[in-house]
Amino acid sequence: MTIAADLHTLTGAYAAHALDGPEKRAFEHHLRECEACSVEVREFQETLARFGAAESVAPPPAMKARVLAAAATVRQLPPVTVPAGAEAGVRGRWARTGARLALAASVAAAATLGAVAVQQHQQAEQAGVRATRLQTQQERLTALLSAPDARTSTVRSATATGTVVWAQSRGEAGFLADGLPALAHGTTYELWFDDAGTMRPAGLLPASSGTLLLNGQIHHAAGVGVTVEPAGGSLHPSGQPILLLPFT
Amino acid sequence: MSAVVHLAAPRRRGPDLKELLAQVAFGDQDAFAHLYDALAGPVYGLVLRVLRDPAQSEEVAQEVLLEVWRNAARYQPERGEVTAWVLTIAHRRAVDRVRAAQAASDREQRAAARSHTTDFDEVVEQVESRIEREQVRRCLKTLTELQRASVTLAYYRGFSYPEVADMLGTPLGTIKTRMRDGLIRLRDCLGVAS
Repeated sequence: MTIAADLHTLTGAYAAHALDGPEKRAFEHHLRECEACSVEVREFQETLARFGAAESVAPPPAMKARVLAAAATVRQLPPVTVPAGAEAGVRGRWARTGARLALAASVAAAATLGAVAVQQHQQAEQAGVRATRLQTQQERLTALLSAPDARTSTVRSATATGTVVWAQSRGEAGFLADGLPALAHGTTYELWFDDAGTMRPAGLLPASSGTLLLNGQIHHAAGVGVTVEPAGGSLHPSGQPILLLPFT
Repeated sequence: MSAVVHLAAPRRRGPDLKELLAQVAFGDQDAFAHLYDALAGPVYGLVLRVLRDPAQSEEVAQEVLLEVWRNAARYQPERGEVTAWVLTIAHRRAVDRVRAAQAASDREQRAAARSHTTDFDEVVEQVESRIEREQVRRCLKTLTELQRASVTLAYYRGFSYPEVADMLGTPLGTIKTRMRDGLIRLRDCLGVAS
Protein backbone atom coordinates (compact mmCIF):
# COMPACT_ATOMS: atom_id res chain seq x y z
CA MET A 1 0.00 0.00 0.00
CA THR A 2 2.82 2.39 0.87
CA ILE A 3 4.40 1.78 -2.50
CA ALA A 4 1.11 2.25 -4.35
CA ALA A 5 0.31 5.41 -2.40
CA ASP A 6 3.78 6.72 -3.11
CA LEU A 7 3.47 5.97 -6.80
CA HIS A 8 0.09 7.66 -6.89
CA THR A 9 1.66 10.96 -5.91
CA LEU A 10 3.66 10.85 -9.15
CA THR A 11 0.57 11.62 -11.31
CA GLY A 12 1.50 15.30 -11.43
CA ALA A 13 5.16 14.80 -12.32
CA TYR A 14 4.18 12.23 -14.93
CA ALA A 15 1.59 14.47 -16.61
CA ALA A 16 4.13 17.31 -16.76
CA HIS A 17 6.71 14.95 -18.33
CA ALA A 18 8.97 15.46 -15.33
CA LEU A 19 9.52 11.73 -14.70
CA ASP A 20 12.38 9.79 -16.28
CA GLY A 21 14.07 6.43 -16.26
CA PRO A 22 13.11 3.56 -13.94
CA GLU A 23 10.71 5.70 -11.96
CA LYS A 24 8.77 6.54 -15.11
CA ARG A 25 8.62 2.88 -16.10
CA ALA A 26 7.48 1.85 -12.61
CA PHE A 27 4.77 4.49 -12.71
CA GLU A 28 3.58 3.44 -16.18
CA HIS A 29 3.35 -0.11 -14.91
CA HIS A 30 1.30 1.08 -11.94
CA LEU A 31 -0.86 3.18 -14.28
CA ARG A 32 -2.09 0.10 -16.09
CA GLU A 33 -3.64 -1.17 -12.87
CA CYS A 34 -4.73 2.09 -11.29
CA GLU A 35 -7.85 3.49 -12.90
CA ALA A 36 -7.93 6.44 -10.48
CA CYS A 37 -4.35 7.33 -11.45
CA SER A 38 -5.17 7.18 -15.17
CA VAL A 39 -8.13 9.49 -14.71
CA GLU A 40 -6.02 11.92 -12.71
CA VAL A 41 -3.21 11.89 -15.28
CA ARG A 42 -5.71 12.61 -18.06
CA GLU A 43 -7.23 15.47 -16.10
CA PHE A 44 -3.78 16.92 -15.47
CA GLN A 45 -2.90 16.61 -19.15
CA GLU A 46 -6.10 18.46 -20.06
CA THR A 47 -5.23 21.09 -17.46
CA LEU A 48 -1.69 21.56 -18.75
CA ALA A 49 -2.97 21.66 -22.34
CA ARG A 50 -4.88 24.82 -21.35
CA PHE A 51 -1.57 26.36 -20.40
CA GLY A 52 -0.06 25.16 -23.66
CA ALA A 53 -2.96 26.54 -25.70
CA ALA A 54 -2.49 29.94 -24.05
CA GLU A 55 1.01 30.00 -25.57
CA SER A 56 -0.27 29.93 -29.15
CA VAL A 57 2.07 31.65 -31.62
CA ALA A 58 1.56 31.72 -35.40
CA PRO A 59 4.24 29.49 -36.91
CA PRO A 60 6.28 30.59 -39.95
CA PRO A 61 3.87 30.50 -42.94
CA ALA A 62 6.11 28.16 -44.96
CA MET A 63 5.75 25.48 -42.29
CA LYS A 64 2.25 24.54 -43.44
CA ALA A 65 3.30 23.57 -46.98
CA ARG A 66 6.22 21.57 -45.57
CA VAL A 67 4.04 19.66 -43.10
CA LEU A 68 1.32 18.91 -45.67
CA ALA A 69 3.87 17.78 -48.27
CA ALA A 70 5.60 15.58 -45.71
CA ALA A 71 2.29 14.05 -44.57
CA ALA A 72 1.62 12.87 -48.11
CA THR A 73 4.72 10.68 -47.84
CA VAL A 74 4.11 9.35 -44.31
CA ARG A 75 2.24 6.07 -43.84
CA GLN A 76 -0.50 6.24 -41.21
CA LEU A 77 -0.55 3.68 -38.43
CA PRO A 78 -3.56 1.48 -37.66
CA PRO A 79 -5.31 1.88 -34.31
CA VAL A 80 -3.86 0.09 -31.31
CA THR A 81 -5.98 -2.97 -30.66
CA VAL A 82 -6.34 -4.73 -27.34
CA PRO A 83 -4.34 -7.98 -27.66
CA ALA A 84 -6.27 -11.20 -27.17
CA GLY A 85 -6.09 -12.24 -23.52
CA ALA A 86 -5.06 -8.78 -22.34
CA GLU A 87 -8.36 -8.49 -20.51
CA ALA A 88 -7.89 -11.81 -18.70
CA GLY A 89 -8.71 -11.51 -15.04
CA VAL A 90 -10.97 -8.54 -15.57
CA ARG A 91 -14.52 -9.54 -14.90
CA GLY A 92 -18.05 -8.40 -15.59
CA ARG A 93 -18.73 -5.08 -17.24
CA TRP A 94 -15.06 -4.24 -17.75
CA ALA A 95 -14.31 -7.45 -19.58
CA ARG A 96 -17.22 -6.86 -21.93
CA THR A 97 -16.21 -3.25 -22.46
CA GLY A 98 -12.69 -4.36 -23.30
CA ALA A 99 -13.94 -6.79 -25.93
CA ARG A 100 -16.11 -4.14 -27.50
CA LEU A 101 -13.28 -1.63 -27.58
CA ALA A 102 -10.99 -4.14 -29.24
CA LEU A 103 -13.67 -4.75 -31.81
CA ALA A 104 -14.20 -1.03 -32.32
CA ALA A 105 -10.48 -0.69 -33.01
CA SER A 106 -10.63 -3.49 -35.60
CA VAL A 107 -13.55 -1.78 -37.28
CA ALA A 108 -11.60 1.47 -37.38
CA ALA A 109 -8.58 -0.34 -38.81
CA ALA A 110 -10.62 -1.95 -41.55
CA ALA A 111 -12.35 1.31 -42.39
CA THR A 112 -9.00 3.12 -42.50
CA LEU A 113 -7.53 0.60 -44.92
CA GLY A 114 -10.62 0.96 -47.09
CA ALA A 115 -10.35 4.73 -47.20
CA VAL A 116 -6.64 4.68 -47.95
CA ALA A 117 -7.12 2.24 -50.82
CA VAL A 118 -9.88 4.40 -52.21
CA GLN A 119 -7.79 7.52 -51.99
CA GLN A 120 -4.96 5.90 -53.87
CA HIS A 121 -7.16 4.84 -56.75
CA GLN A 122 -9.68 7.60 -57.21
CA GLN A 123 -9.80 11.33 -57.64
CA ALA A 124 -9.36 13.21 -54.38
CA GLU A 125 -12.90 14.56 -54.54
CA GLN A 126 -14.46 11.12 -54.91
CA ALA A 127 -12.27 9.90 -52.08
CA GLY A 128 -13.57 12.70 -49.91
CA VAL A 129 -17.17 11.67 -50.52
CA ARG A 130 -16.36 8.04 -49.89
CA ALA A 131 -14.39 8.85 -46.73
CA THR A 132 -17.31 10.91 -45.45
CA ARG A 133 -19.71 8.05 -46.10
CA LEU A 134 -17.36 5.57 -44.47
CA GLN A 135 -16.97 7.87 -41.52
CA THR A 136 -20.70 8.24 -41.02
CA GLN A 137 -20.99 4.49 -41.15
CA GLN A 138 -18.10 4.12 -38.75
CA GLU A 139 -19.63 6.60 -36.33
CA ARG A 140 -22.82 4.56 -36.32
CA LEU A 141 -20.82 1.36 -35.88
CA THR A 142 -18.88 2.91 -33.03
CA ALA A 143 -22.14 4.03 -31.42
CA LEU A 144 -23.45 0.51 -31.87
CA LEU A 145 -20.33 -1.03 -30.34
CA SER A 146 -20.50 1.26 -27.34
CA ALA A 147 -24.22 0.67 -26.71
CA PRO A 148 -24.66 -0.65 -23.16
CA ASP A 149 -26.35 -3.82 -24.44
CA ALA A 150 -24.03 -4.43 -27.44
CA ARG A 151 -23.27 -8.11 -27.94
CA THR A 152 -21.13 -10.02 -30.39
CA SER A 153 -21.08 -13.45 -31.97
CA THR A 154 -18.07 -14.79 -33.88
CA VAL A 155 -17.58 -17.70 -36.27
CA ARG A 156 -14.08 -18.81 -37.25
CA SER A 157 -12.72 -21.13 -39.93
CA ALA A 158 -9.08 -21.88 -40.70
CA THR A 159 -8.58 -18.54 -42.47
CA ALA A 160 -11.77 -16.57 -42.02
CA THR A 161 -13.42 -14.76 -39.15
CA GLY A 162 -16.91 -13.35 -39.22
CA THR A 163 -18.30 -11.33 -36.35
CA VAL A 164 -21.74 -9.88 -35.93
CA VAL A 165 -22.33 -7.17 -33.36
CA TRP A 166 -25.80 -6.07 -32.36
CA ALA A 167 -27.65 -4.01 -29.80
CA GLN A 168 -31.35 -4.58 -29.25
CA SER A 169 -31.67 -1.08 -27.79
CA ARG A 170 -30.69 0.37 -31.19
CA GLY A 171 -32.23 -2.41 -33.27
CA GLU A 172 -29.07 -2.37 -35.39
CA ALA A 173 -26.41 -4.89 -36.31
CA GLY A 174 -22.97 -4.69 -37.89
CA PHE A 175 -20.78 -7.25 -39.60
CA LEU A 176 -17.02 -7.55 -39.49
CA ALA A 177 -15.24 -9.97 -41.84
CA ASP A 178 -11.64 -10.92 -42.04
CA GLY A 179 -10.07 -13.30 -44.56
CA LEU A 180 -13.22 -14.65 -46.22
CA PRO A 181 -12.47 -16.68 -49.39
CA ALA A 182 -11.47 -14.45 -52.31
CA LEU A 183 -14.47 -13.52 -54.46
CA ALA A 184 -14.66 -14.56 -58.11
CA HIS A 185 -14.90 -11.66 -60.55
CA GLY A 186 -18.45 -10.29 -60.79
CA THR A 187 -19.54 -11.55 -57.38
CA THR A 188 -20.06 -10.04 -53.96
CA TYR A 189 -20.80 -11.16 -50.44
CA GLU A 190 -24.34 -10.34 -49.37
CA LEU A 191 -25.61 -10.13 -45.80
CA TRP A 192 -29.09 -11.25 -44.77
CA PHE A 193 -31.25 -11.00 -41.69
CA ASP A 194 -32.68 -14.43 -40.89
CA ASP A 195 -36.40 -13.86 -40.18
CA ALA A 196 -37.37 -17.38 -39.10
CA GLY A 197 -35.90 -18.92 -42.23
CA THR A 198 -36.85 -16.06 -44.60
CA MET A 199 -33.76 -14.14 -45.66
CA ARG A 200 -34.08 -10.32 -45.72
CA PRO A 201 -31.34 -8.43 -47.67
CA ALA A 202 -29.11 -6.45 -45.28
CA GLY A 203 -26.27 -5.12 -47.45
CA LEU A 204 -23.33 -5.99 -49.69
CA LEU A 205 -19.69 -6.57 -48.84
CA PRO A 206 -17.74 -6.75 -52.11
CA ALA A 207 -14.49 -7.78 -50.41
CA SER A 208 -13.13 -10.67 -48.36
CA SER A 209 -12.34 -8.38 -45.42
CA GLY A 210 -14.19 -5.34 -44.21
CA THR A 211 -17.01 -3.97 -42.13
CA LEU A 212 -20.63 -3.18 -42.78
CA LEU A 213 -23.40 -1.61 -40.80
CA LEU A 214 -26.35 -3.75 -41.83
CA ASN A 215 -29.26 -2.07 -43.64
CA GLY A 216 -32.55 -2.15 -41.81
CA GLN A 217 -33.56 -3.01 -38.28
CA ILE A 218 -33.05 -6.35 -36.56
CA HIS A 219 -36.76 -6.67 -35.67
CA HIS A 220 -37.24 -10.33 -34.77
CA ALA A 221 -34.38 -11.77 -36.85
CA ALA A 222 -32.73 -14.83 -35.29
CA GLY A 223 -29.37 -14.13 -36.85
CA VAL A 224 -27.35 -13.01 -39.84
CA GLY A 225 -26.34 -15.04 -42.90
CA VAL A 226 -23.72 -14.44 -45.57
CA THR A 227 -23.98 -15.68 -49.17
CA VAL A 228 -22.07 -15.14 -52.42
CA GLU A 229 -24.20 -13.29 -54.99
CA PRO A 230 -23.72 -11.71 -58.41
CA ALA A 231 -22.26 -8.17 -58.22
CA GLY A 232 -25.05 -5.78 -57.25
CA GLY A 233 -26.65 -8.33 -54.96
CA SER A 234 -29.86 -10.36 -55.08
CA LEU A 235 -33.33 -10.08 -53.56
CA HIS A 236 -33.19 -13.69 -52.39
CA PRO A 237 -30.17 -15.84 -51.59
CA SER A 238 -29.08 -17.82 -54.66
CA GLY A 239 -27.19 -20.44 -52.64
CA GLN A 240 -26.45 -21.79 -49.21
CA PRO A 241 -24.98 -19.36 -46.69
CA ILE A 242 -21.21 -19.61 -46.19
CA LEU A 243 -21.66 -18.17 -42.70
CA LEU A 244 -24.55 -18.15 -40.23
CA LEU A 245 -24.27 -16.06 -37.12
CA PRO A 246 -27.08 -16.33 -34.56
CA PHE A 247 -28.04 -13.41 -32.31
CA THR A 248 -27.15 -15.38 -29.19
CA MET B 1 -19.60 17.70 -53.18
CA SER B 2 -16.22 17.49 -51.57
CA ALA B 3 -14.91 16.85 -48.08
CA VAL B 4 -14.48 20.60 -47.67
CA VAL B 5 -18.16 21.27 -48.40
CA HIS B 6 -19.08 18.62 -45.87
CA LEU B 7 -16.79 20.19 -43.28
CA ALA B 8 -18.34 23.62 -43.66
CA ALA B 9 -21.95 22.45 -43.48
CA PRO B 10 -23.25 21.76 -39.97
CA ARG B 11 -20.69 23.63 -37.89
CA ARG B 12 -21.69 26.10 -35.24
CA ARG B 13 -18.44 27.49 -33.84
CA GLY B 14 -14.90 26.59 -34.84
CA PRO B 15 -14.00 23.25 -36.37
CA ASP B 16 -15.02 20.09 -34.57
CA LEU B 17 -11.56 18.70 -33.98
CA LYS B 18 -12.73 15.17 -33.15
CA GLU B 19 -14.58 15.01 -36.44
CA LEU B 20 -11.60 16.42 -38.35
CA LEU B 21 -9.23 13.98 -36.71
CA ALA B 22 -11.55 11.07 -37.58
CA GLN B 23 -11.32 12.15 -41.22
CA VAL B 24 -7.55 12.49 -40.96
CA ALA B 25 -7.50 8.89 -39.72
CA PHE B 26 -9.04 7.94 -43.08
CA GLY B 27 -6.14 9.58 -44.91
CA ASP B 28 -8.08 12.77 -45.75
CA GLN B 29 -5.42 15.39 -46.51
CA ASP B 30 -7.94 18.26 -46.76
CA ALA B 31 -9.07 17.47 -43.23
CA PHE B 32 -5.43 17.44 -42.13
CA ALA B 33 -4.95 20.93 -43.61
CA HIS B 34 -7.91 22.16 -41.54
CA LEU B 35 -6.57 20.42 -38.45
CA TYR B 36 -3.22 22.09 -39.08
CA ASP B 37 -4.90 25.51 -39.15
CA ALA B 38 -6.51 24.82 -35.78
CA LEU B 39 -3.49 23.32 -34.01
CA ALA B 40 -0.25 24.60 -35.56
CA GLY B 41 -0.34 27.81 -33.48
CA PRO B 42 -0.74 26.14 -30.07
CA VAL B 43 1.78 23.42 -31.00
CA TYR B 44 4.42 25.83 -32.26
CA GLY B 45 3.81 28.27 -29.42
CA LEU B 46 4.14 25.64 -26.70
CA VAL B 47 7.27 24.11 -28.22
CA LEU B 48 8.79 27.57 -28.66
CA ARG B 49 7.92 28.36 -25.05
CA VAL B 50 9.90 25.35 -23.84
CA LEU B 51 12.79 25.41 -26.33
CA ARG B 52 13.08 29.17 -27.03
CA ASP B 53 15.00 28.59 -30.26
CA PRO B 54 12.70 29.29 -33.27
CA ALA B 55 14.52 27.04 -35.77
CA GLN B 56 14.57 24.08 -33.41
CA SER B 57 10.97 24.76 -32.39
CA GLU B 58 9.79 24.73 -35.99
CA GLU B 59 11.53 21.40 -36.52
CA VAL B 60 9.91 19.89 -33.42
CA ALA B 61 6.48 21.36 -34.24
CA GLN B 62 6.65 19.73 -37.69
CA GLU B 63 7.53 16.39 -36.08
CA VAL B 64 4.57 16.74 -33.72
CA LEU B 65 2.09 17.53 -36.49
CA LEU B 66 3.33 14.61 -38.57
CA GLU B 67 2.99 12.38 -35.51
CA VAL B 68 -0.64 13.51 -35.30
CA TRP B 69 -1.12 12.55 -38.97
CA ARG B 70 0.58 9.19 -38.45
CA ASN B 71 -1.26 8.31 -35.24
CA ALA B 72 -4.68 9.82 -36.01
CA ALA B 73 -6.34 6.38 -35.87
CA ARG B 74 -4.86 5.83 -32.41
CA TYR B 75 -6.54 8.82 -30.83
CA GLN B 76 -9.23 7.67 -28.38
CA PRO B 77 -12.01 10.27 -28.11
CA GLU B 78 -13.18 8.89 -24.78
CA ARG B 79 -9.77 9.65 -23.30
CA GLY B 80 -9.94 13.41 -23.77
CA GLU B 81 -9.97 16.38 -26.10
CA VAL B 82 -7.99 16.48 -29.35
CA THR B 83 -6.15 19.63 -28.26
CA ALA B 84 -4.99 17.97 -25.05
CA TRP B 85 -3.86 14.87 -26.94
CA VAL B 86 -1.87 16.92 -29.46
CA LEU B 87 -0.38 19.30 -26.89
CA THR B 88 0.64 16.36 -24.69
CA ILE B 89 2.57 14.99 -27.68
CA ALA B 90 4.03 18.45 -28.34
CA HIS B 91 5.15 18.86 -24.74
CA ARG B 92 6.65 15.37 -24.65
CA ARG B 93 8.66 16.08 -27.83
CA ALA B 94 9.83 19.45 -26.56
CA VAL B 95 10.91 17.95 -23.24
CA ASP B 96 12.76 15.16 -25.08
CA ARG B 97 14.73 17.86 -26.89
CA VAL B 98 15.51 19.61 -23.62
CA ARG B 99 16.72 16.32 -22.09
CA ALA B 100 18.85 15.51 -25.13
CA ALA B 101 20.38 18.98 -25.03
CA GLN B 102 21.08 18.58 -21.32
CA ALA B 103 22.79 15.26 -21.83
CA ALA B 104 24.94 16.98 -24.43
CA SER B 105 25.81 19.89 -22.22
CA ASP B 106 25.70 19.57 -18.46
CA ARG B 107 27.46 22.87 -18.12
CA GLU B 108 24.61 24.60 -19.93
CA GLN B 109 22.17 22.99 -17.54
CA ARG B 110 24.03 24.33 -14.52
CA ALA B 111 24.05 27.77 -16.07
CA ALA B 112 20.30 27.51 -16.61
CA ALA B 113 19.87 26.40 -13.01
CA ARG B 114 21.76 29.45 -11.75
CA SER B 115 19.47 31.76 -13.68
CA HIS B 116 16.32 30.07 -12.49
CA THR B 117 15.02 32.95 -10.42
CA THR B 118 15.02 35.30 -13.39
CA ASP B 119 13.54 32.70 -15.71
CA PHE B 120 10.82 31.81 -13.29
CA ASP B 121 9.78 35.43 -12.85
CA GLU B 122 9.81 35.74 -16.61
CA VAL B 123 7.46 32.75 -16.91
CA VAL B 124 4.94 34.34 -14.59
CA GLU B 125 5.36 37.73 -16.23
CA GLN B 126 4.78 36.37 -19.71
CA VAL B 127 1.81 34.33 -18.64
CA GLU B 128 0.38 37.36 -16.87
CA SER B 129 1.08 39.79 -19.67
CA ARG B 130 -1.54 38.59 -22.12
CA ILE B 131 -5.21 39.31 -21.73
CA GLU B 132 -6.40 36.06 -23.33
CA ARG B 133 -4.51 34.19 -20.64
CA GLU B 134 -6.66 35.72 -17.94
CA GLN B 135 -8.04 32.42 -16.76
CA VAL B 136 -4.67 30.69 -16.61
CA ARG B 137 -3.25 33.69 -14.76
CA ARG B 138 -6.09 33.74 -12.28
CA CYS B 139 -5.68 30.04 -11.57
CA LEU B 140 -1.90 30.23 -11.22
CA LYS B 141 -2.48 32.84 -8.55
CA THR B 142 -4.42 30.37 -6.44
CA LEU B 143 -1.28 28.23 -6.00
CA THR B 144 1.30 28.50 -3.28
CA GLU B 145 4.70 29.76 -4.38
CA LEU B 146 6.18 26.26 -4.23
CA GLN B 147 3.30 24.68 -6.13
CA ARG B 148 3.52 27.31 -8.84
CA ALA B 149 7.29 27.02 -9.15
CA SER B 150 7.13 23.21 -9.31
CA VAL B 151 4.49 23.13 -12.03
CA THR B 152 5.80 25.96 -14.19
CA LEU B 153 9.47 24.92 -14.05
CA ALA B 154 8.53 21.41 -15.15
CA TYR B 155 6.04 22.46 -17.78
CA TYR B 156 7.60 25.57 -19.31
CA ARG B 157 11.24 24.68 -18.83
CA GLY B 158 11.06 20.93 -19.34
CA PHE B 159 12.90 20.08 -16.11
CA SER B 160 12.53 16.70 -14.45
CA TYR B 161 11.17 16.76 -10.91
CA PRO B 162 14.60 15.92 -9.36
CA GLU B 163 15.97 18.92 -11.27
CA VAL B 164 13.13 21.08 -9.99
CA ALA B 165 13.84 19.85 -6.44
CA ASP B 166 17.53 20.65 -6.84
CA MET B 167 16.79 24.07 -8.24
CA LEU B 168 14.39 25.02 -5.50
CA GLY B 169 16.49 23.40 -2.75
CA THR B 170 13.49 21.32 -1.68
CA PRO B 171 13.30 17.56 -0.93
CA LEU B 172 12.23 15.30 -3.81
CA GLY B 173 9.13 14.03 -2.01
CA THR B 174 7.93 17.57 -1.36
CA ILE B 175 8.26 18.56 -5.03
CA LYS B 176 6.43 15.41 -6.07
CA THR B 177 3.45 16.22 -3.89
CA ARG B 178 3.53 19.96 -4.66
CA MET B 179 3.31 19.20 -8.39
CA ARG B 180 0.29 17.04 -7.76
CA ASP B 181 -1.37 19.44 -5.29
CA GLY B 182 -0.72 22.30 -7.67
CA LEU B 183 -2.22 20.48 -10.62
CA ILE B 184 -5.26 19.47 -8.58
CA ARG B 185 -5.87 23.13 -7.75
CA LEU B 186 -5.33 24.21 -11.36
CA ARG B 187 -7.60 21.45 -12.61
CA ASP B 188 -10.39 22.50 -10.26
CA CYS B 189 -9.84 26.19 -10.97
CA LEU B 190 -10.01 25.65 -14.75
CA GLY B 191 -13.03 23.37 -14.38
CA VAL B 192 -11.39 20.37 -16.04
CA ALA B 193 -13.36 17.21 -15.32
CA SER B 194 -13.22 13.79 -16.85
